Parts: sequence; C-alpha cells; structure tokens
Amino acid sequence: MSQHTLSVIVEDKPGVLSRVSAMFSNRGFNIHSLAVGPTHVAGRSHITVVVDAPELEQLKKQLHKLVNVIKVTELDRVEALESEVMIARISCNPVNRGEVGDTAGLFGARMIDLAANSITFEVSGTPEHLASFLDHMKPYGVVDLVKSGRVAMKKISDVARTAVGQG
Amino acid sequence: MTQKPYTGSHSLFQSLEHEGVETIFGVPGGAILPAYDPLLDSPIRHVLARHEQGAGHMAEGYAMATGRVGVAMATSGPGATNLITPLQNAKMDSTPLVAITGQVGTAAIGSDAFQEAYTTGLAMHCTKHSYLVTDAAQIPDIVHEAFHIAATGRPGPVLVDIPKDVLNQKTEWATPTLAGLPGYKPPSSKGHPKQIKAAVSLIESAQRPVLYVGGGVIRSGAAAGLLAFAEAANVPVVTTLMARGAFPDDHPLALGMPGMHGTYTATTAIQRSDVLVAIGARFDDRVTGDVDAFAPSAKVIHVDVDPAEIGKVRNADVPIVGDARLVIQALLDRLLEGREGAAPPQRTDWFGQLGVWKREKPLAYDQPEGGPIKTQFFIERLHAMTEGDAIVAAGVGQHQMWASQFWRFSRPGNWVNSGGLGTMGFAIPAAIGAKAARPDETVFALDGDGCFQMTVQELITASTENIPVKVIVFNNGGYGMVKQWQNLFYGGRLSAVDLGTTVPDYPKLAEAMGCVGLQVDQPDEVDAAIDKVMAVDDRPVVLEVVTDRDEMCFPMVPAGGSNDNIVMGLEDL
Repeated sequence: MSQHTLSVIVEDKPGVLSRVSAMFSNRGFNIHSLAVGPTHVAGRSHITVVVDAPELEQLKKQLHKLVNVIKVTELDRVEALESEVMIARISCNPVNRGEVGDTAGLFGARMIDLAANSITFEVSGTPEHLASFLDHMKPYGVVDLVKSGRVAMKKISDVARTAVGQG
Repeated sequence: MTQKPYTGSHSLFQSLEHEGVETIFGVPGGAILPAYDPLLDSPIRHVLARHEQGAGHMAEGYAMATGRVGVAMATSGPGATNLITPLQNAKMDSTPLVAITGQVGTAAIGSDAFQEAYTTGLAMHCTKHSYLVTDAAQIPDIVHEAFHIAATGRPGPVLVDIPKDVLNQKTEWATPTLAGLPGYKPPSSKGHPKQIKAAVSLIESAQRPVLYVGGGVIRSGAAAGLLAFAEAANVPVVTTLMARGAFPDDHPLALGMPGMHGTYTATTAIQRSDVLVAIGARFDDRVTGDVDAFAPSAKVIHVDVDPAEIGKVRNADVPIVGDARLVIQALLDRLLEGREGAAPPQRTDWFGQLGVWKREKPLAYDQPEGGPIKTQFFIERLHAMTEGDAIVAAGVGQHQMWASQFWRFSRPGNWVNSGGLGTMGFAIPAAIGAKAARPDETVFALDGDGCFQMTVQELITASTENIPVKVIVFNNGGYGMVKQWQNLFYGGRLSAVDLGTTVPDYPKLAEAMGCVGLQVDQPDEVDAAIDKVMAVDDRPVVLEVVTDRDEMCFPMVPAGGSNDNIVMGLEDL
C-alpha cells in the first residue's frame, strides 16, 4: 500500500476534523499523519493528510461529499513542498557532546534543551531530511522524539526539477 | 397578560413553515419541550408517534411517497439514539429527511447530563450532514441549509441538534440564505456533452444492451424521461428493489428486478449484456453477486449524481456525473439527433432471447388448493383486486422480496421499502407516513410477523391520529428469510427463528390498538378477506394471513455467488 498526501481546505467549524478523520476510518483507510492549522483566509483551515491507501480516487470523492470540505488536492511528491518539524532528544556525554552537536548542525537542527547526558534538537524539513538526521543520531542513542505531522503545499515553480534536469 | 417573548422555538417553527413543511412526526421529551409549545399555534400537523424510530420511518415514508423532505422530531439522549436507525436507513436509500433533536442545555453539554448523548457525533456516520445549533440566531439559516442539503444532489438525512437553552433563547427571525455553504456544490448538470455522445454511440451500436435502473431515477423524478428514452433506444429495462415503479412492469421492455431474488431474465440479461447503462444505481452487492463475475462482457455507462458511486464497485467505461432526469433527457436528445429519423436498432436476437427466458424461467410458485396460503398468491390476488391502485410499503425479508416480485408496479412513488439497510419493522411506520402524505390513496403495509412485532405499537399512532392504513401480516411463524438461509446453508439447523403462530393473537392485538383485526388461513377465502380489508376506511385494519411456514423465496443467487448460478427452486440445489 502506498502513501499519498492530500491537501484539504475546510471550513473552520467545530467537528470538521472529526468528520474528516471519521470518513477515513469509516472507509477502512489508515491515516499515517495529519496536521491541521488555519490558513491566511479567515474561516478556512488547511488539513494535510498522509494516508496509506492503494488509490485515492474514492477517498477524494468521499472527502468532497463532506459539506464542510471546500477543496481537495492530491499532492504528488514531485510537485509538493513538504515539511515536518521534529523534536528529538539524543543521548550524549561530555566527551561526544561536541560531535553530536556538530553532526546535528549539518542538518540545520537547533539545540533547544541541554542536560548532563542529553541534547534536545528541533529539526525541520522533508521526511527524507528527518530520516537522514535520525540515521546519524541513532549511533548516539535516540531517547525520545515527537513529530508534528507533515504539512504540504503545491509547488508552483519549476526551479528544482529544471535544475535536476540540467545537472 | 404580557406577550410571550419570541424564542428559538418560535424561530424553529417559523423556519419549518418557511420550508413548506406541512407534517412532522415526533415524540416530545425534556430537552425538546420548548419546541412543543409553539407547535400548538403552528399550522404544521404533528403526528405523535409511539417511538422515535417509528417517527423517523414515518418521515421516510412521507418523503418516499411525495418526493419532499420528511421531518422527524425527538428529544435528546434516547430520543435521538432511537432516531439513528431511520437516519442510517435514509442515508442508505438516499431519502430526503430532516431530523430535529433537542439537546441538553449548552452549559451541560459534555457533562453526562440527564438524557445527554453526543447526538451530532453519533449522527456523523449516518447522515449527509449534521448541525449543533449554538445560537438561536442561527436557526433560520441552519434549517434552510438542512432542507437544501437533504433535498439536493444525492438526497439524504440531515440532523439539526438544538440545545434547550437555545430553544428558549430570545431571538428574531430573518430570511435565511445559503451563504454558509461554501463547500456544498451538488452536481445538477445534464452530463458532459462528450460523455453523452460516447454513451449514445455505445448504446446505439450495442447488440445486447440493458438499462440498469436504480432508486436515483425515482428520486430525481426521471421515470417519464426513462420511459421515453427506453422506447426510443429500444433497450430493455431492469429496475432494482429501490427502483420498482420507475418503469412500468407491464411494459414489453420491462424485465423486472435483478439480483439475489430478482427475475431470471433481469439478472441474466445483465450477465449477458454487452452494454450496461446504470442510471441512479450503485452496483449493490445484492444486485451484483460476485462482482468479479458480474456482467463480464459489458461496457458500463454509469450515470449518477454522486461522483463517489461512479467506479466505486465497477469501473465505468463512460462515467456521467449528473442528475438522472437531466442526463436521460440529454441522452434522448442526442440519440434522436444522431438517428436523423432512422429507425431504432431492432436487436431481434436479443429480444428473442429475452422472450425465451421470460417464458421458460418465470417467477413461479405452487398454491395448493387446500392451503396453506402462499404469500406470493395473496400478493397477486391483492394486486388484482385493487388493480394495483395503492401505495405499497414493505418490511424486510421474504415477504418484501415477494412483494417486489409479484406486485406489478406502474408508477413511481408507490413502493416504499427499506432497501440498503434492510430495516425490519419499516413497513407499518413508513405506511403511516405515506398515508399521512397522501390520505386519499389506499396504503398497504405488507409485513411479516417478525417485522410486525418490531414496530407494532405504531398502529396506536395510526388509530389515534386517524391514519387508516391497511396492514397485511404474513404470518409464517418465524423469521422466514433467516430460516431459509439456515435450511440452505446451515444444514437445516434452525436456530432462533421460530416465533410460533399463536402468540400474539394478531386480530385481538389489532383490536386492542383501535384497529379492525381480521384473519384468513384458506386460499379460497383470500378474496373475501381482501374485500373486508377494502371495506374498512375509517380505521386502520390488520389482516393476519396465515401462510406456509416452509416456503422459500426463489429465484436466489446465494450470497457472494456468481449471478450465472441462479437457483430457481429446491430442485436446483
């Protein structure tokens, strides 16, 4: 089963999130990640859903049927801007603390808490970026972590693809 | 005496009147109490049901018999939970329904207050949409939106939950708008011209086409257009359980109902078809049997107002999203335009084959002269003696299938039954709702003894509200369809299906509830019994028909099996 990302614009009304998530469970689909927040337009919220599903056609149609859903867009990964925030607590000691901090810094991670035997980082980026960060932290020991859920938006420039194409 | 303040309750009734509501079905209670006061001054008729489930099914019967939105009202907690079955029933059968429920006071919500239930949460899964009103000023807009959502696009149930303090809140009424529905855009189109063209081209060149017609044709008022199109295209028509009456059964192009208990000809015609034109039908498992073996050589044209139905079960070669009535008209226009006056395709071989199936594999039963009475025989006699001039409501089970098979439907809106959800007990309250809507017509509830016992108390509603329905209880002393499955698939090990034939005493029970109670148990007394039923018109009447305890419903495609393997009777097993 493959993962799909859906961008859903909904009315900002009580119960809308339950309606959306209930539709997924009603139809037997598993939500992998879900992030909700207001948009720049008053009264509109944006839900980013990452779902495990063989195909999305039926899910999109069922989402459209919800009265409070205004727009549904499937985001192909190639044309999506995706980001996720992660807070990760990495085990360390006074000897390797500098090395852990240097490595994390390569990922743009920011230290947000420091204790005698751990550093807590905040790092954001694509799912691949976060996965790579974790791969490099694992040897030191990941004590705890939490993710925000993925947010995504359709890309409108062709810059990235063009660059790859020319390379 | 000071004038009473204008409250949310007044606004509710003014809103209902604004929507043209004439009749509502309900049961009062604590949280909805404020709404029952302005009811006294409203021209709206309130039919006092004896159980909220009954009120809900009455509203459904009303809607199915009129095409208008049915309205049910109940209190919070148990009142609302008792409405859940009718809501889901209406959702499955796309019946336009608005349910108004009382809720505990806003301040008490979430505190496990007396008679509190999370009604909008419960309703989320069994309505098209639901509302919790938090300010009385919202009532006109929300009621207007609720009726709009219930009636448009694919119709369905909408619930409006109103806390008691909101019903009591001082407010003013304002003409409502639909401005609060930015995300609701039901398709009302006549279909994309390119798809219409592709569909007509497929239909015209088809050797073995079939029109597979579902309840959507009735909901959209497309029956007249369907008749014109079927005749112009010269294509035979099958009508699903929800579409009985969408096409006249006596028409030469009519093949009857397809599916699990459909006619051999209807089911087999679909199987052999090369072009299947589904209109307002959703490829339900009771129609398709094993989906992988369903209509294997057919190209599918699927017309539906709900885009989510297209491709849900069976891929559509030509998908057409639109209103059935408008799409059928567009198909007809395009067909006649493309013909340029030429004669329709004759399809002599196809109609020859259908004729052979009709002759060789008709619906059949054997009525022994000395009894017991077969339900099929009674239904045929009832149809003959009333010339089919009646609204027929049915419960769920064998009697429902026999009613669908043996009643000859001639027009839409005269068949009221529970298709998708299969709600036993539907017949009596639904018949009451239909009769309340169309009081000048004869309304039968064709019921089984199992179904009858589930909603029997609504006969008190019928008596006291002067809604003289005619209830026929086919008493085979058990849950006939379950018994049939136990006999066929569980080696005859009968478990919890025997209801006995003597308790209750149906005529006495009927009399106790203010109805006329009758009984018949001999085939040669059936006509006289029907005469007696027809002679009563000032009260509800209940006729117990003591029927064969062991009769099975055929044809039958065992659940999940291929529609190629139709069991015509015990001899086929």
